[in-house]
Parts: sequence; C-alpha cells; structure tokens
Amino acid sequence: MEFRVNGEIHSEQVSARTSLLDWLREHPGLTGAKKGCAEGACGGACTVLVDGVRMNSCLVLVAQCHGSNITTIEGLADVDGVLHPVQKAFIGEDAFQCGYCTPAQIMSAVASIRERHTSSAEEVQEWMSGNLCHCSAYPQITAAVLAASKKVTG
Amino acid sequence: MTVDNDRSIVGAPLPRVEGPAKVTGAAKYSADNELPGMLHAAIVGAPVARGRLVQIDTTALAAVEGVVRVLTREDMPTFGAVHAFQAAALDLPMQSDEIHFEGEPVAIVLGTSLQAVEQARPLVRVRCAAQPPILPGHGEREVIAGEEGERDGGSVGEEGGMTWMVWPYGGPVRIGDAAASLETSHTRVGGTWTHPSRHHNPMETSSTIAHWDGDVLTMWDSVQASFVVPPVLADALGIDPGNVTVVSPHTGGGFGAKGWVWPHQVLTAAAARIVGRPVKLHLTRADQYTSTGFQPALTQHLELGADSSGRLTATRHHVSNITGLTETYVEGATEVKDLYACPALDTGQDVERISVGAPTPMRTTNEGCGLWALESAMNELAHELNIDPLELRLRNYADREPTTERPWSSKRLREAYADGARLFGWYDRPRDGRTDGPWRIGTGMATCTMGQVRFPGNARVRLARDGSVRIETDIQDIGTGLQTVLTQIAADELDVPVGDVSVAWGHSDLPSTGPVYASSATVHTGSAVALACRELRKNLSEYSDTPSVTDAIAETDLAEIVGEGKFGLEGNAPIDVGGGDSGYAIRSFGAVFVEVAVDPELGLLRLRRMVGSYSCGRIMNERTARAQMIGSLTWAWGKATMERSELDPATARWLSKNLTGVHVPANADIPADIIVHFVDEVDPHASAIGARGVGEVGATGVDAAIADAVFDAVGVRIRDLPITPKRLLTAIGET
Ligand code: FES
Ligand code: FES
Repeated sequence: MEFRVNGEIHSEQVSARTSLLDWLREHPGLTGAKKGCAEGACGGACTVLVDGVRMNSCLVLVAQCHGSNITTIEGLADVDGVLHPVQKAFIGEDAFQCGYCTPAQIMSAVASIRERHTSSAEEVQEWMSGNLCHCSAYPQITAAVLAASKKVTG
Repeated sequence: MTVDNDRSIVGAPLPRVEGPAKVTGAAKYSADNELPGMLHAAIVGAPVARGRLVQIDTTALAAVEGVVRVLTREDMPTFGAVHAFQAAALDLPMQSDEIHFEGEPVAIVLGTSLQAVEQARPLVRVRCAAQPPILPGHGEREVIAGEEGERDGGSVGEEGGMTWMVWPYGGPVRIGDAAASLETSHTRVGGTWTHPSRHHNPMETSSTIAHWDGDVLTMWDSVQASFVVPPVLADALGIDPGNVTVVSPHTGGGFGAKGWVWPHQVLTAAAARIVGRPVKLHLTRADQYTSTGFQPALTQHLELGADSSGRLTATRHHVSNITGLTETYVEGATEVKDLYACPALDTGQDVERISVGAPTPMRTTNEGCGLWALESAMNELAHELNIDPLELRLRNYADREPTTERPWSSKRLREAYADGARLFGWYDRPRDGRTDGPWRIGTGMATCTMGQVRFPGNARVRLARDGSVRIETDIQDIGTGLQTVLTQIAADELDVPVGDVSVAWGHSDLPSTGPVYASSATVHTGSAVALACRELRKNLSEYSDTPSVTDAIAETDLAEIVGEGKFGLEGNAPIDVGGGDSGYAIRSFGAVFVEVAVDPELGLLRLRRMVGSYSCGRIMNERTARAQMIGSLTWAWGKATMERSELDPATARWLSKNLTGVHVPANADIPADIIVHFVDEVDPHASAIGARGVGEVGATGVDAAIADAVFDAVGVRIRDLPITPKRLLTAIGET
C-alpha cells in the first residue's frame, strides 16, 4: 500500500479491518479528524479530503486508499504555518464553540468552495448540512464559509 | 470593585484564545491521547432491561487477534459508595447479577487495538434470565417530599464528616388556596404538556484513559467538572483523592452528559488497575445512549387562573418524570414558580420508576422544561383574553421573587422585552393568516428564565517581571469562550494589554474550581480570577504604590508576584441555586420572538427568524455570549421540532441509538436571521464581576414561542413535543 497524507508518502502494510479514520488517528497520530459515531451517522466529524473529495473517513477502509492523496486538517495550513483562508475565517467569524466538529467543518468548507457551492448563504447552508455541530454555530459557520469563499475565489 | 461598564476590554468581542488550536486540529480531546502499552476497552452492555445475569461466554473471542482479556463481575473489586452531586449514578455496575436497564455494563473487553475490541465485543455471549421490564405507565410513583414552602436554595446535609447536597428541586410549594382561586377565576386555561426523553448527543462521546503508577492514578477524561472525578474514584476504589490527577483541557460538548462522574469512568480506572496497563475507553454513539444519562420524559399538568385584565390569580403545576429503578432524578420543572407574580400557588412533582438508567440534567433542565407548559399556558391565556402576549407578561411582572419576597440581585427583563419587541417588530407583526407561497406564516413569543446555579471558584494569577500575566485554574474549555473571558477579566483588573495574559487550564494540578455546566463558570471562575487580581494588586502594594502593576513590579526585585482568588458562597455552601443565602434572588431572564412558516399540506415547519433579548448581568465578551445564545436557540429549535429518544414499548431499549433515527438541527435548518441582544446591565450581587449566567437561559421558553407561532400560522395548539409533521397534519386534520 502506498498513499500520501498531507503530502507525505506512506508505504506500509495495513490491516484490512482498519478505517481510514482510525488509521489516521492511531498511526501518524493525526487526531484532528474526530470520531463522532464511526458509522457515517454523526454528520462527519471524521471528514477528510481523499483526492480532493470530502469523505467520511470512518466509512473508508485505509486498505481502499492505495494511490490516494489524503488531506487532513493538519495539512491545511501552509508550510510556514500560515493558516488557510477557511481556517482564518472560522476564527474571524467565531464559527465554533467546543471545536470537536471544527476540523471536519473546515475540510467540508474547503471542498464546498472548491466545488463552487458557496455562492449564497442558502447554498452554503445546504452544502454544509452534512456536518452536524451540536454546539450549533451554524450561522457563524455559514458566514465563515461565505467570507473564505470570497477570499479564495476572489 | 471594578464593575463599571466603561473599560472597553470587558465585553469586547475578542476572538477565542483557543481558536488557532481548534482550527488546526491541535486541540487535544481526551480520546486523542495515546500512551505506551495502552489497551483499548469496549463495554459489553446487558441485552435485556431487567433480569439476572446468568453467564458470560467468551469462547468465540479466541479467534480474534489482539484481545487481551475480558473482565466480568468476578474480576471487579467491591466498589465503595459514591455520592450524589459528584457521581451521576449511585448504583455502580458489575457488582451483582441484577440487571436494571438495557446496556448496563456486564463485561469489559480489553485488547491491543480498537479494531480488536470492536470485533470482539459482539462475540461476547451474555446469557440472562430476563424478566419483563417495567415500562412507562407501569412504574411505581414516588411523590417528592420536602417541607412545604421550603426554600429552593438546596439544603445541605452532613454525612461522614463531609457535606453533601440534597436535591433542591421538586418539593411541594403551596401559597394561598390555588384550588379555590381557580374556581372563582374570571378565566382559566390549562392542560397537559409533554416532553419526550432526549439524549444530550454531544459530538464527542465520552472517553476516558486511565493510567496507574503505583497508587497514583491519572485520568484523561471528557468532563464538564474535573473536581468531582477524584472524590468519586477515591470513594469507589478506596484510594486517596489526592492521588488522582485529571487532565481535561478540551471537552467536545456535553450539555450535561459529562457533568457528574458516570460508571464507565470508574470501570475504566478499575480495569486499568486490574491489568496493570493504561486503558482507553471511547464510548460509541450507541453506548452513549445507555451510559451518560438523558433528559427524562415528563408530563406536566398546569392550570392558570386570571382576572379579566389578565392578572394571574392562581397557578397549579404538577409534574411527573420517569427515572431509573435504582436512581432518583427529579426534573425540576416547577422551578418556574417564581417567574410571575401570582397570589396562589400549588406545585408538586413525582417520579415514576421504570427500567432505564439514570437521567441527568440536560440543557436546559428545570425551567427549560417548566416553561414549555407555563409559557404555552400564558400564550393561551393571552389568546382567551384577547390581550397581547407581551402585554400579558408585563401585567404579571414580578418586581420581587414571588415565593420569597426577596429582592432580585438585578432584573432588567422589562428592557429585554421592550428591546426584543422593537428588534423583532413585534407590535407591527402581520396577523391573521399571512401566506408566502404554500407557507403560512406565524409569530410567537415567550419569556426565558433560569435560576442562577453558583459554585465556589478558585484561581491563581501570576504577574512576572516581564509584565506577562498567567491565570491558573483547573477548568475545562467546552466552547463557551470562558478562557477568553478570563483573559479579559485579568487584563481589565490589572490594566494590562490582553495580549500579555495567558491561561493555564484543564489540569488538576492547577487550583481546583467549579464546573462548566449550569451556565455557572463565568460567575465562579471569572469572579475568582478578578479576586486573584485584586489580591495580587494588594500584595504588590506592599512593595510599591506605583499604580501600573508592570511598573510596580519592575521597581522591586521580585521575579513574580502572585494572587490567589477564592469566590465563596454565603454559609460556605458547596453550591447554591437561585440566590442561596445571599439575601437576593438570582436569576437570568430574557424574551424570545420567533417567526415560523408552516406548510399545512405537508406538515412542514420552518424557522424564518428569531430575536432573543436577554437580561443576564454584565456581558463579558459580546461575541462568545452571542454564540452561546445562538447555540441555545438552535438547541431549542431541535427540542421543539425534532429531538426525541424513544423507548421501545416492549423491551425498554432505546430505539435508534444514533444520529440518523434521532434528528438534531443541521445547518440548513437554522437561518442567518437570528438577532441576539443583551440589555446593558451590571449585577452587583450575583458575582464579583457584575455577571450572571449566559447560555442555557437562551434555550428556555423557545418551544412555547414556536408552538404559539404555529398556532398563529395554522390555528392548532400542539402540547406534545416535538412538533413533528405528523402531529401537525393530525392536528390540522382535526380542525
Ligand atoms: S465519525 Fe461520524 S460520520 Fe464518521
Ligand atoms: S463546535 Fe461543538 S459540535 Fe461544533
């Protein structure tokens, strides 16, 4: 098995029963992706990007990832630690409380912007509804995605 | 005392100090930790809700690579007795063969990987001699006693040299002759209002890592109160509480589920001790439904009598909630008794014992439940009398606490009503069947209130020679913005730039303080930080009288100077509710206005906009306070329209132990048009900083406002939550 995580190549044997979420959390210790259910039902606290597409990493087996390029929250800021515009916007718009859903919300937001689903508040609300936030920072999340979208897409 | 509102740093909408850690994945929640040699644990729950455990057969586990051991009752020590207000359930599991609820722990699978224990858990065969469970409607009912008219500050009992709280809610209160007054009232409204059981469902299910080093235990734990962990583990395991360290910087939501210590925390520590290795337990979403409590289903009978001008003449309010067979939890819905001036009052509560685990407080307990009935009845009364609902509330405004005549510590509810009405356009709202395409539009309002829960608080503040300030206090970050608020308080008190202030939190080596539940933390720990700063100034003044603390310390040869802050309650109480012995009634207030749309053909209900306007004392950070209120308003929308945990009527098992069968609001449910407003206020009595509780009060009353908006839109009254499409269609079909 060979795949990239945040640009770094991993080539190793993986267990057939390990989800991408558990592997990320336990092997490279990338604990930004959270477990809210492990069955695709908590609204994706485990969201990461697999080849640029947002995925519930609890529903992906790491064994399926050969050749993939995986991005987690830890790989979003640039090499100098300068935050990605979506990360900045989440701080600027106060788009979280406890923060447990936040890495996933941010990964989803990055994908939504890239997918061009962020032209209006209503559109953002629809496309960000896959990620639950039980602290309920939704209006602020919507505002952050809109603000970041303006920055990213100009 | 610095309680003037002039200084700009307190109240300023500063971004959260822990923001960068949260947006980069650096913030560590308890399950994010790994220890060398650590085992993973999975709890095997009883498959039936009542009966006797006969045998646990683990032969099938031999085939699973990585399973190390399965612990059963025979392996467990005999636990010592644990105490209420610290432990959430007093009947600890794995101590007998008796099963009292489905999911009660009967075994613990330990393995070298998460995958191993997950694979192994369903292979454990649990044989039981099942008995029919005790189902809702068939349980024994127990009336909550209490001295008639007893103060609701919570009484304190002594036991074994320690002070324990006695549950302060639910005792009967009788003032005047409510029955007679109701008979002679000009107008009476009343009925039965129900709530379903609901689970907290924080996004982070609870996790615990226990690590022993000899007799010294370290717990990485998802908690809303680290100070209760050492005493419960010490009581249960017979160790010195001073030997328990708790590490808990970030908690991924709790809403009450992580307030007191649950059995899984005790079991994890016991398991780690037995196997001599660190053990991590991360409850699954399904586990959480039977492990960390729920808000119990409750039924409220409420009647109001009024004269022709709408002044209340009598209130009768009787409440019943379900509880476990071995655990008594009273959902104190009659705590709403002090909202309105009313000469005759008759309240009481009972609990019904059925085959479920322990209920526990959940956002928003007590008034959050009681206002569903009271505020709904007030809206019905306004309709009966043809008085504006807001006007009706003003006619019954309580200038003192009605049941005790005590003065309020501070109450600016009149302003909150007026500001909220203006921001919403309440008096200009369209009436009588406005439509928008297939939607019928309705508006409604209600009062919000929550009694202040107070705890003692402790904090230390250090000023270093270089001018940097460090706050130390063992409090969690659960997303309320508390750590940011603490830096603002210290910056204000010491008159230093907020950027020079840092906070160390989330470790029990730091000064032990109160919890992050019951909207109490800013009051106890914010006050403690302010008092620590004042103490620091006093200590520094012995060396220099230069007003600037940074100049003053530079004049000395001190490396640092320290202040300790202790926020205590009158009578040294470990907790007080609604003012305790302070001589004041302490409570937060607000008003909520909502506009909804109902599609009468499909039964759909949508939120269009909300205004929440609050009297909560001094607002320490406008941005984080607003976030708290938006969270609570959204939470209340979920309660009013979707959330419900159902017990299977045959087996007493929770149906849908997940977030697919149990709905909570998603982003698309919550429109951007939510206005949160706070009246300008400083409460001189509730705390040392002018503040009262913010947060949970925002989730009170909202359900009643929504139900009234539904009535305004389509003319049907719903008295059973949640207001689902099916209930709406049924009610509309009956008109
Ligand atoms: S952990 Fe819940 S969807 Fe993946
Ligand atoms: S910030 Fe707590 S769940 Fe979203």
